This record gives sequence, C-alpha cells and structure tokens, in this order.
Amino acid sequence: MLNCQEASRLLSDAQDRGLDWREQLPLRWHLVWCDGCRNFREQIGFLRLATRRFPGRDEHTPKD
Amino acid sequence: MSPPPAASSEDIAAVRADLLRFARLQLRDAAAAEDAVQEALLAALARPDSYAGRSQLKSWVYGILKHKIVDVIREQSRSTNVSALGAEGDSLDQTFDTLFSNSGHWAGNASPRAWGDPQAALRQQDFWNVFEVCLNHLPENTARVFMMREFLEFETPEVCKELGITVSNCHVILHRARMALRLCLERGWFSAGEVAPC
Repeated sequence: MLNCQEASRLLSDAQDRGLDWREQLPLRWHLVWCDGCRNFREQIGFLRLATRRFPGRDEHTPKD
Repeated sequence: MSPPPAASSEDIAAVRADLLRFARLQLRDAAAAEDAVQEALLAALARPDSYAGRSQLKSWVYGILKHKIVDVIREQSRSTNVSALGAEGDSLDQTFDTLFSNSGHWAGNASPRAWGDPQAALRQQDFWNVFEVCLNHLPENTARVFMMREFLEFETPEVCKELGITVSNCHVILHRARMALRLCLERGWFSAGEVAPC
C-alpha cells in the first residue's frame, strides 16, 4: 500500500514525467480515500500555474 | 537617419522592474541579474518593429531574458555545488519528516486542507508578495532546479543535464521544492487568511 509520503512524491513526479501503470494504479487507489493527497495534487497544480504567471503578475492584479 | 520610434522610457522603467525581480529570483545574484536584464532590454530596443506597446514589449523582452538567464545558469552550473544540494535537501527533509507519521501518512493537522478558491488569490497583489517571499525562501540550489523547470520550462532531463545531476536526483529536488512552497503558501497565505481580518 502506498503511503502519503510516497503518493506526494508520485504526484510531484507526474508533473515532470509520465507514470507507468504500476505507479498510477496504486496512486489512483490512494487518492480515492485520501483527502490530504487529493488536496496536495490540486495545490501543486496551482503552484505550477502561479509560478508561470509570476512574471506577468501585474496583468492579473488590479492597479490602485 | 533618425532611429525608429522606440519604447518610451516609462515603458522601459516599468518593464525593467519586473524583469529584474524575475532575473534575481533565478540567479540570486543582483549584478548578474542587472546584467542579463540590460542585455535583454538592449536586444529588444534594437528591434522596435517587433512589438507595439508595453505589454508586447514585455513579453518580447521576457523571451530574450529567458535565453540570457539560461546562458548565465550554464556558466554558473559549472560551479554548482553538488554537496551543497545534498545539505539543503537534508535540512528540508527534516522539516518534511514532521509532516508525516511513522507510517508515512500525513500527521494530524499536517494533512493538506482545501484552499478554497486559489484562483482568486492570483488577482491579489498581497498574494504575489507572499509567493515571492516563499520562492526566495527556497534554498539556492533547490530554487534553481525548480525555476529552471517551472519558469524557464525546461523538461526535467534538460535541467539535470545542464546542472550535471541525475534524473532521479532532479525528481527528488523538485518534490522537495513543491513540498516547501506548498507549505510556505499554506502558512503564509491560505491558512493565514482564515484568521486574518479582511
């Protein structure tokens, strides 16, 4: 059984490389019942979005 | 022959500030950042027909700046300290160990909680300030790997090749960087926001 530490590593790896089915299947099973890791997955997705927007951040924030 | 109409000095000043912030985050060296930004601006000013207005100038110069930064990183990586990377990693790993129980599951209240509507944060200047602090807070070599992957959008094997580290080491470092940034944003913004007055 995958634990959260291992799941977080696979979720990070998935942003950088394709996972094979031996990795994907236990990860997906883990995500079915683990709220923390589902949140982690969304949050590192958000990190990528925010990092890529960082250079143009002024276009996204209202001027005052 | 008079030179073609170039960007106004206000345009350049506005763009320069953002470029510098971007270059400093990646190079961690004020002089090298200034140098790269000036070279990028000069290259852009030499091609005034390639952009119209501030926002086009900005994306044009960013494109050039990315290449300049990659060049500097290539130079610097000849001196990338592999043992420093190891030491940085050990110290981050100690922090992360406290997030997990002995069985490797999230420990108590360390389990990531939903962030609500994080997209809304992208429209707030204060969020970007916290984000910048968190990026700057990453240890230098860890930050470099993360920046190359996420800002400069290198594929992971290219990052490793440029820095002379193994692919698996690269994945370990990227995982650490994401863990650290996530934690920093949660503490500095998303859960801090729950108790902060509006």
